[in-house]
Amino acid sequence: MTENNNNTLPLEYSTEQGQMSIVGFWIFVAAEVALFATLFATYAVLFGRTADSPEAMELFQPGIALTMTFILLTSSFTCGLAIHSMREGSLKGLMIFLFITLALGLTFLGFEIYEFVHYASEGATLQSSAYWSGFFILTGTHGVHVTLGIGWMIAILIQLKQRGLTAVTNRKVFILGLYWHFLDVVWIFIFTGVYLIGMVV
Amino acid sequence: MAKNNKNYPINHIVGFALSIILTIVAAWTALSSGLPTMWIIIAIMVLAVIQAGIQLFMFMHITESGATNAPWNMIIHSAVIASIVIAGSLFTMSFGFTHDHGGGDHEGGSAPGEEEQQDTEHDGHEGH
Repeated sequence: MTENNNNTLPLEYSTEQGQMSIVGFWIFVAAEVALFATLFATYAVLFGRTADSPEAMELFQPGIALTMTFILLTSSFTCGLAIHSMREGSLKGLMIFLFITLALGLTFLGFEIYEFVHYASEGATLQSSAYWSGFFILTGTHGVHVTLGIGWMIAILIQLKQRGLTAVTNRKVFILGLYWHFLDVVWIFIFTGVYLIGMVV
Repeated sequence: MAKNNKNYPINHIVGFALSIILTIVAAWTALSSGLPTMWIIIAIMVLAVIQAGIQLFMFMHITESGATNAPWNMIIHSAVIASIVIAGSLFTMSFGFTHDHGGGDHEGGSAPGEEEQQDTEHDGHEGH
């Protein structure tokens, strides 16, 4: 089945429904960009308004931010490889790479939770100051998206196990892949705009 | 770069390697290049945009549009919206604000001193 379709279009584009779903997801991505843009704008405007709480420069650790970035970049890579094996028609490869992506996503989340707890213990919480509100809302919204992606990925892995590679499951995996790469794009800007600039200025 | 249905995911590997390199370059620029702050910010933002582009092209298959070119429309559209929102907010909110409201008891006022301070300060450094 996959053989036939590989010559023309990948399986996820093989039905009109599939194509429309993918187009719809790009529209969703655009809306998400707008959402994150408002949060970035809020953060940027409130930059440095730390009142009596610790300043960003005192708390940010380059090591942790870099580690989180590498974890997420790697997970984006393995997610890309998952889509690649899906298009090769390899269910096993797809599931293995999705599992790796899942594990990396969970590791990332673990680091983020550790980071937030650490900041809270140093006196920087959502309520501490305008700056930290902006910081936690921005990075927290990204973290919530990652959490959602992890749940989504688990659900799709179960479905793949039950149904194998069909036009429907392929489309779902492909869209999940887009979502995951998009989260990586957002993180790149958080890493640059929040962590690196926070450590420089 | 149409469809990457070759057996070896070369695009992914190149994209991954590039994004790791760009991240390291950005971190180095920010933490130990010693450039003036404004230049650092410009440089790392440019690096971030390049990296986002890599994700879009190498991983998100933006070039394969299925039936329409909606992905392009959506990305360009949302990039414009994002720039307007962020640049517009910063532009609007940057008038008449100083960070120290007449001096408190902590030295927070000096840290995020924005352009004016930096310009004078960093001209004194070794520059580029």
